[in-house]
Amino acid sequence: MSPERVNDAEVTRLLDAIFTRYHYDFRRYASASLKRRIASALVRLDCQDVQALEAQVLADPRAFSELLRFLTVQVSDLFRDPAFFRAIREQVVPHLSTYPSLKLWVAGCATGEEAYSLAILLAEEGLLERAQIYATDIHPESLRVAAEGVFALERFARFSQNYQLAGGKSSLSDYYTARYSSAVLDRSLRKAILFADHSLATDSVFAEMHLVSCRNVLIYFERNLQDRAVGVLTDALCRLGFLGLGSKETLRFSAHAQKFRELVPEARLYQRL
Amino acid sequence: MNTEMSHSLAAIVIGGSAGALDALGMILPELPAGFPLPIVVALHLLPGRPSGLAAVLGYRCALPVKEAEDKEPIVPGTLYVVSPSYHLLVEREGCFSLSADELVNFSRPSIDVLFESAADAYGPRLAAVLLSGANDDGASGLSRIRESGGLTIVQAPETAAASTMPSAALHCGAADEVLPLEAIGPRLVALASAQRAPSSLSEKETG
Repeated sequence: MSPERVNDAEVTRLLDAIFTRYHYDFRRYASASLKRRIASALVRLDCQDVQALEAQVLADPRAFSELLRFLTVQVSDLFRDPAFFRAIREQVVPHLSTYPSLKLWVAGCATGEEAYSLAILLAEEGLLERAQIYATDIHPESLRVAAEGVFALERFARFSQNYQLAGGKSSLSDYYTARYSSAVLDRSLRKAILFADHSLATDSVFAEMHLVSCRNVLIYFERNLQDRAVGVLTDALCRLGFLGLGSKETLRFSAHAQKFRELVPEARLYQRL
Repeated sequence: MNTEMSHSLAAIVIGGSAGALDALGMILPELPAGFPLPIVVALHLLPGRPSGLAAVLGYRCALPVKEAEDKEPIVPGTLYVVSPSYHLLVEREGCFSLSADELVNFSRPSIDVLFESAADAYGPRLAAVLLSGANDDGASGLSRIRESGGLTIVQAPETAAASTMPSAALHCGAADEVLPLEAIGPRLVALASAQRAPSSLSEKETG
């Protein structure tokens, strides 16, 4: 099904209205994919056009919450891009283990898969006890789901495969309990992660981190918003701290490129200078 | 319908799946170095592994061939290809965006996603080619391009290794021209030579 055509001027007005009313700022998101998302929201929320959507969203915060799901939600996997986690295990963990306490930040955590993957990795490296993981997103419903740590059991075949490819040291089944068609991740993992609301478009640094992971988030931003977001991530890192990006994201064209060295280029792992 | 090409072109997009790599092997050697337009190619790729598509096509093509990168400015005379596991979209500012959004037509990259965003960005200043393939991705994107005044070319199904994709496009009336494989390369060269000069999005008239 092809998404409906959406009109640029109407989209601009919708985004302005959302910012004014709800203080969510999508105005500097890359417009091509944002328009696709708005178009599919029109169909699913049964709105005739963007104007109708705008009226509905302004009148009813619940309708806005529904729209937010379309504008933000990312589906991820445990240990998605296994090579990334393998590189963290092999190249970053030796550095992390020299610190008496650790802070890590997953920016744009969606429903928490990446944060839990890091928690499992740290547990296997004996670092979880001394680590605090912050996982942030702008979508309250995603954060709520993430904090529960419950995922559909059918997804775990792929998760397990990823885990093994990522250099997992035991079996992924050691970290969850299956109940009917879902699996709940261990309390020790959930305890290590603080899920919180934070926007790379409007908020700033909240703690000093040893590792920041922000994968497949920047691609949804325009260049100037990318620079703002990378600025926040950069300022959050301690000296020699680590930054992980998505497999098609790079600092090469960024205003902040000189503040980093490439640690594992193919895994998009950088180290703050 | 835009066969008269009253508008100058800003870009060419090409989509395909099963059998399209061989088809491109016939088309691309026809294109001379210094080709005045950017070309963007979306083929279905296996997820999660490097595709090697740019290298494979680079052998057959006098133009520089590369994987399109996020927010990379689109430059005439370059052939851009999709990356595995990401949709490729054209922004109105004349650059690319990548997206990891859900699969479209069971595919990521999806041809429809590229075509629809390119129709939006370029309007009538776009030519599109849909090649061999075994599902119907691309048909609705091609329709969108045609509705926006772009020129649409479909590989004649009887010359396609897999006819489902071109047939789907013909079925929904998305084709301005239906050409046998061997005629597509020369047609693109003719379109390009009708251009006065290399063009870019920034010249696009607004309003």
